[in-house]
Amino acid sequence: MWLRNNQVAVLAGLTVVLMAAALALIFFWVPNDADQGFSQRIFYFHVPIALTAYVCFGWGALKAFFHLWKRSPGADLESYVAIHQGVIFGALTLITGSLWAKVSWGVWWTWSEKQLVLFLVLFLFYAAYFMLRFSVEPGPARANLSAVYALFGVVLIPVSFLAIRLGERYIHPVVFSSRGPQLADSMLLTFFVAWAALLALAGTLYRLELLGKRLDAELRELKEALA
Amino acid sequence: MKRYLQDVAVLAKKDLVLELRARDTVPAMLLFVVAALVTFHFALPARSSDLAAKGLLWIALIFTALLGLSRAFAAERDQRLIDGLLLAPCDRSAIWLAKGIATLGFLTVAELVALPAYSIFFSGIDGATIAGVVLVDLGICAVGTLLAAMASVSRARELLLPLLFLPLAIPLVVGGVGASVASGTGRYLGFLALYDALFAILSWASFEYVVAE
Repeated sequence: MWLRNNQVAVLAGLTVVLMAAALALIFFWVPNDADQGFSQRIFYFHVPIALTAYVCFGWGALKAFFHLWKRSPGADLESYVAIHQGVIFGALTLITGSLWAKVSWGVWWTWSEKQLVLFLVLFLFYAAYFMLRFSVEPGPARANLSAVYALFGVVLIPVSFLAIRLGERYIHPVVFSSRGPQLADSMLLTFFVAWAALLALAGTLYRLELLGKRLDAELRELKEALA
Repeated sequence: MKRYLQDVAVLAKKDLVLELRARDTVPAMLLFVVAALVTFHFALPARSSDLAAKGLLWIALIFTALLGLSRAFAAERDQRLIDGLLLAPCDRSAIWLAKGIATLGFLTVAELVALPAYSIFFSGIDGATIAGVVLVDLGICAVGTLLAAMASVSRARELLLPLLFLPLAIPLVVGGVGASVASGTGRYLGFLALYDALFAILSWASFEYVVAE
């Protein structure tokens, strides 16, 4: 019962613990990468942030689907909040990726990094989601449009990924062959702790924003009832 | 099924007749695509390769399509035609299909001028490029028609459509350019066909939610 009533607080606590653990593991425990040295440690944040962004987009699309299919009340708001989180994590992916590229390859941006290009496309796509949402009056029409657009997003993710992989063959010769996922156990563990921390962070922010938005709506209804 | 196709044919015919009478979309698209190609000639440095021009051809086609799409639901919106269409006893997705077919027709007319003009101004066009153009057109019309309906509901209207459309058009540009410049054309054409199928199904299934409250 207490758990149910204090979900946000519990999630926030979990986030703090996991984040502290992840930072400790990243900076004090995991060994340096043989190839890239210290700067490779940004990997433990960059990749989990990107994966978390995917989770947010997927969650947003799932909620959008429930809105269209079952007309679940509140699904529209949940979908919007999830995509909002996804865009924030997407922007962080671009920033951390750009920093990493600068340190390890000496450039801020490289078109041959497939995941980064994919995120740029997705970032543009979901930025347009906000343009769409805020140029339609609130109501069922807006909820439907947002939901359909969110569903387009989850189809666009694999399609764009395929396109970018196909495209780089003629846009760029193969510069960086795949590094392979062979990670030492300690690196894998750090990676998973960091990912759990970021998922918990996204979950906390999601619940918090939802809480705020719902309070806002209730307050508005109360004001209208009193007026 | 037969009934559905009849509905689509009637609705598509309505758009074609409207265009034949008013003639406001196709001439604009024709003029735009030729003007764009001429502009590209001046944008390309002297002695740049044909490959660069091929890339620009796709930009010209995408933006010409965008011009046509931004007018696609103009009558529906300005003259409240959409209310009548929604009251008609037909499946809502038939409206999408008919509008897509009409837009495809307009785009094809524009390309019947644009592709010869391109081959005169820049370089010849091979069969793979034409196959790519056909598949890209299908994708543009499937996705674009749905997004144009979305944009026509919003306050921003024409302003919004390019923002919604361009991120979704990036895979089409990749496939189209790949089909016209890279070796191994089949892979790119296959990718375009996959794109068309996926987004056509998604648009067909979701159009109803875009127009209905």
